[in-house]
Amino acid sequence: MTAPRLLITAWPHLAERDSTPRIMWTVNVSLIPVIVAAIYYFGPSAVLVIVAALAGCLATEWLFGSRETLFDGSAVITGLLLGLCLPAGLPMWMAFVGGAFAIGFGKLIFGGLGQNIFNPALLGRAFLQAAFPVALTTWPVIRENWWALRGDNLALPLMSPGEVDVLTSATPLGLMKFEQQSTELGKLMIGATGGSLGETAGILILLCGAYLAWRNYLNWRIPISIFLTVAALATLTHWLNPAFPGALFMLFSGGLMLGAVYMATDMVTSPVTNRGCWLYGVGIGVLVVVIRLWGGLAEGVMYAILLMNAMVPFINRATQPRVFGTRAAVKVTE
Amino acid sequence: MSKTSPQQDFFRGIWRENPVLIQMLGLCPALAVSNTLENSLVMGIATFFVLTGSSLLVSIVKKAVPGEVRISTYILIIATFVTVADMTLEALVPDIHKALGAFVALIVVNCMILGRQEAFASKNPVGRSLLDAFGTGFGFIIAMVMMGSIREILGTGALLGMKVIPGPFEPWVIFILPPGGFLTLGFWLLLFGWIEKRRVERARVREWPHGVGAREEAA
Repeated sequence: MTAPRLLITAWPHLAERDSTPRIMWTVNVSLIPVIVAAIYYFGPSAVLVIVAALAGCLATEWLFGSRETLFDGSAVITGLLLGLCLPAGLPMWMAFVGGAFAIGFGKLIFGGLGQNIFNPALLGRAFLQAAFPVALTTWPVIRENWWALRGDNLALPLMSPGEVDVLTSATPLGLMKFEQQSTELGKLMIGATGGSLGETAGILILLCGAYLAWRNYLNWRIPISIFLTVAALATLTHWLNPAFPGALFMLFSGGLMLGAVYMATDMVTSPVTNRGCWLYGVGIGVLVVVIRLWGGLAEGVMYAILLMNAMVPFINRATQPRVFGTRAAVKVTE
Repeated sequence: MSKTSPQQDFFRGIWRENPVLIQMLGLCPALAVSNTLENSLVMGIATFFVLTGSSLLVSIVKKAVPGEVRISTYILIIATFVTVADMTLEALVPDIHKALGAFVALIVVNCMILGRQEAFASKNPVGRSLLDAFGTGFGFIIAMVMMGSIREILGTGALLGMKVIPGPFEPWVIFILPPGGFLTLGFWLLLFGWIEKRRVERARVREWPHGVGAREEAA
């Protein structure tokens, strides 16, 4: 079944500039500043974790997927995003397992790119969170010595990470939730806080997202509606009970930026209609606030997005636009 | 009465019609209590006992049971054996009995057992019914052991409480939690689906070496 060399169809012929690999590689390139920021803050550990997650994704895609899709950039995106939402001190083998799970069970088992229900990177992270809860919630602090590893990245496969002399601390969200400590907003915005590799540099992620939205590679309605919902709900809860954090803290802490800009907008797992995108974003925003304020976990972006991913088929069906000219006939009065 | 040979009656339940892996019956205990090999084995043996006992009894009384009330009769017979199994387990292995919890009592509603009564024991002579129950019961034990060993090794690094992976093994907590049951079952079903697909494809190649329906062109 090879495609014919020269496909002749009826005119008019429009040359399509955007193709799947082109979009995917553009998104990958737009992630470079975020990765650079992660490396700037977390040193060689960031490189090791991201490379391991990427290797897991590519190896699984190469083994079980078709060889053609290996280079279309989609597995690379999954690997990079998975790496960016892991803590810096994670052993490399865990990141590798997460990548393999993300591609194998997040994407290939559904039939490959375009068929998956859930965002593969987030599914990989959810698996790692359930499998290795301790390793996934050990957050190293940014420290003076750039070259030092932030944890036992080089632990042998299947073995527990050894004791490494690393300062760890809770993330800003964890501090807020369990110790009622706030973090300076300026630090949050430039990302000089503890947390996953990519959840630190809020401003950078916003800029990269703006570029992608300008190229129309992501639907700007999704991040905007998430931000608006979270901000509105946070303002309301902060006003009702000042112990809850305010809107700006909620927006710039944790993985909200990375999740809203890069993961919720995954073309495969987000709604196809614009009205659906608003609904989807609002749903994610509500779930994020609910999990963060009342849930058992400090951070809820991952589960919020995964839950709304599951709702996408229903949202699509509910928001189908009416075909032009098929307005329901006016009922004739008897 | 039956058109199959005794060997087929026995081996069918183990491989071709394995209750868990092929027919996907009795998934509830296979998912819920397979977190360690010990629990899986005890559960498998208890189910095996109930299945054999009720198959034997159902096959004996099959002529006497009116068709309208046969299902409730089977359930009563099964429930009798489940009560025996429940009390025996409580007396012999109280710890495991506690770990299995309600799932011992729930063997009553294991559709694999009721299915064997309705589909086989109620229509076949005693010997055949016993053979069928042995086969299906062994198939269930095998499936439980497959689930339990994977989950215990990955979830705790040990097998039957003995360490099998040397060094400071990092347990994959997810495998002793409920999601791990679904994942493990998924793994096995994937593997068996793949084997079955390959078998069918090979058979087709033997039958139609040049592709399905391609005999004319090839000749």
